[in-house]
Amino acid sequence: MTNGANAGSGADRAPLLEVKGLKKYFPIRRGFLQKIVGQVKAVDDVSFVVHHGETLSLVGESGCGKTTTARCILRAITPTAGQVLLADEGEILDVATLPKHRLRGLRRQMQMIFQDPFSSLNPRMTLADIVGEPLLVHGVGNVTERTDRVVELLRLVGLRPEYMQRYPHAFSGGQRQRIGIARALALNPRLVVADEPVSALDVSVQAQILNLLLELQDRLGLTYLFVAHDLSVVKHISERVAVMYVGRIVETAPTEALFGSPRHPYTEALLSAVPKPDPRLRSERIVLQGEVADPANTPPGCHFHPRCMYAQAVCKEKAPALEEIAPEHFVSCHRARELSLRGVDIPVAGGV
Amino acid sequence: MQTSTKPLLSVRNLRTSFFQDEGTTKAVDGASFDVSPGKTLGIVGESGCGKSVTAQSILRIVDRPGRIVGGEILLTREDGSQTDLVKLEASGAEMRSIRGGDIGLVFQEPMTSFSPVHTIGAQLVEAVLLHNEVTPKEARRRGIEALRSVGIPKPERRIDEYSFELSGGLRQRAMIAVALSCDPRLLIADEPTTALDVTTQAQILDLLRKIQQERGMAVMLITHNLGVIAEMADDVVVMYLGRVVEQGSVDDIFHDPKHPYTKALLQSIPSIDSAPRVKLPTISGSIPHPFNRPPGCPFHPRCAAFIPGRCDAAEPALKAVGDGRQVSCFLYE
Ligand SMILES: Nc1ncnc2c1ncn2[C@@H]1O[C@H](COP(=O)(O)OP(=O)(O)O)[C@@H](O)[C@H]1O
Ligand SMILES: Nc1ncnc2c1ncn2[C@@H]1O[C@H](COP(=O)(O)OP(=O)(O)O)[C@@H](O)[C@H]1O
Ligand SMILES: [Mg+2]
Ligand SMILES: [Mg+2]
Repeated sequence: MTNGANAGSGADRAPLLEVKGLKKYFPIRRGFLQKIVGQVKAVDDVSFVVHHGETLSLVGESGCGKTTTARCILRAITPTAGQVLLADEGEILDVATLPKHRLRGLRRQMQMIFQDPFSSLNPRMTLADIVGEPLLVHGVGNVTERTDRVVELLRLVGLRPEYMQRYPHAFSGGQRQRIGIARALALNPRLVVADEPVSALDVSVQAQILNLLLELQDRLGLTYLFVAHDLSVVKHISERVAVMYVGRIVETAPTEALFGSPRHPYTEALLSAVPKPDPRLRSERIVLQGEVADPANTPPGCHFHPRCMYAQAVCKEKAPALEEIAPEHFVSCHRARELSLRGVDIPVAGGV
Repeated sequence: MQTSTKPLLSVRNLRTSFFQDEGTTKAVDGASFDVSPGKTLGIVGESGCGKSVTAQSILRIVDRPGRIVGGEILLTREDGSQTDLVKLEASGAEMRSIRGGDIGLVFQEPMTSFSPVHTIGAQLVEAVLLHNEVTPKEARRRGIEALRSVGIPKPERRIDEYSFELSGGLRQRAMIAVALSCDPRLLIADEPTTALDVTTQAQILDLLRKIQQERGMAVMLITHNLGVIAEMADDVVVMYLGRVVEQGSVDDIFHDPKHPYTKALLQSIPSIDSAPRVKLPTISGSIPHPFNRPPGCPFHPRCAAFIPGRCDAAEPALKAVGDGRQVSCFLYE
């Protein structure tokens, strides 16, 4: 696996997960015979590393392949190509090719938190059943031990154990997300993949859940792969960030570096597009022209070139490789070394 | 409050409720605010606080079992006279000419606002014909121009497509074109970019700003996104559970918020230029179910400045606190 021997976040930690050359193509079928007429290249050669105990965020606009990447990592779907290497007690498992009978054991290593806490919870199960189900399925402990564990989990996520016999509809959106988190933590996983966990929540509740996720990470030493489209949220929670565009990673860097000095033109545009909650910071923004490319019909060369204001002839012809152009800063752009791009100012923690 | 110019729209003590078997939802419960001509008024608040129902009330398109139960909605007409929209017949001729004529509407999900069985063009031409005396051929020409003016490429071709053939961003542009086709003096945009990605959102906000400058039209921009409000609004109304808790200029609201809810809301949002991985201040609890509306000030159970015996006993009125500011909180009474 890649060893990050550099200064900065996550660098001294060993990789827990390494995704290498991951691809997921969905067939497009047409007509009565359901003939395959094309392919949606939802994930098209994605590579990144997640170190023990860190939070890596995968950010990008809708349809760029974030959820598909997450589902491949959890083997909810089988990748078309590539490796998903998980460090498991000295051994390295390739989740992408793990035989079916070994997948259940995988659930004890990694778990998922979903965007919509309501539709992901069975309305006919009580809180105790929902949170205790993974324990039951994996045959953990006896009835009393399982109940004790459920009580412990509920306390951990800030829910009152007295609510154990209630059904999900009795809870608010934020509480439901806490239930989803308790359930995901039941088996003590090391890696938690959270797919847009605060996107459906009200702003006043988002902060509560983000704080909870940070606190749980500290207490339990969790590793997060955090999938989101909201850059402010990503900035808040991550140590490192990977930016996706139409099935590919365009840039990966420690959070400060990515936001402060982006090296890919798409990252620059994305940062500039985020409205800042301060009317005194209204500024000239970069407004990208055109639309996100269709993953069923991708442009040649760099996927971003039709919208890129820095594009040159080479960008239309050759797809750039993901290269490390500064310590821990990986960029996939032919012009990354010569461009000087605009980021956002980052105040020092605790400053005004 | 307004200076010398008369507000284009003045909403006074608006109350709109939904009467259901399970209970009554006071969706809008005494909201008051003004929209100045040529300005952008931002209406911000979390889900369920009554933003959309306020817009629906102004346009008189509140769904049953809801209805306006009190208040006034005063629209200043081109001749300077005022019409109370609450007194008009919702489906009468006058209200129909105001809806889509004086006041245009753009909302979050353009998919549901376009008919799936008619082309964009058919719907655009219909809107033009409804409010102008022109031939169908001229209406179509204007329709194409309208699509071009909102930045839709190849409008001659797009006009004959169906809304589901367009991307989210283009569909929202087409909806703006329909809303603008009758030259409204007020455009109500209800979460116009909420379903869009940030780069598309930036395009649509840019378009709205450009159109407003060109036409000198007033915009009532409804959103739950404080960033969008900070970027776009001149004045801001903050709502909580059907009530206006605070109103002021955009700079005042963001740099000198008065109401404890506004203060807490602003502190609880992660910002792209704030420091990473620090604990965010939070608002305790969550928004109550509309049937369990707290007595007194609706925010009191979550409020850090709660005064027992006062805030849970009576509702504070919206009162002026200095230059153009209004707050509804006992701390300022
Ligand atoms: N089961 C599927 N069948 C066909 N196409 C799919 C499927 N799942 C996702 N896609 C397509 O793959 C692309 C990436 O989707 P997704 O991973 O959900 O993106 P994101 O989570 O970044 O919004 C999209 O174009 C989507 O339509
Ligand atoms: N058609 C309806 N029937 C019953 N209740 C409704 C209806 N529309 C809105 N409401 C209720 O009115 C309140 C305000 O809703 P809304 O104006 O849509 O909120 P916002 O737009 O601020 O999210 C909510 O409690 C909502 O449940
Ligand atoms: Mg997704
Ligand atoms: Mg709404």
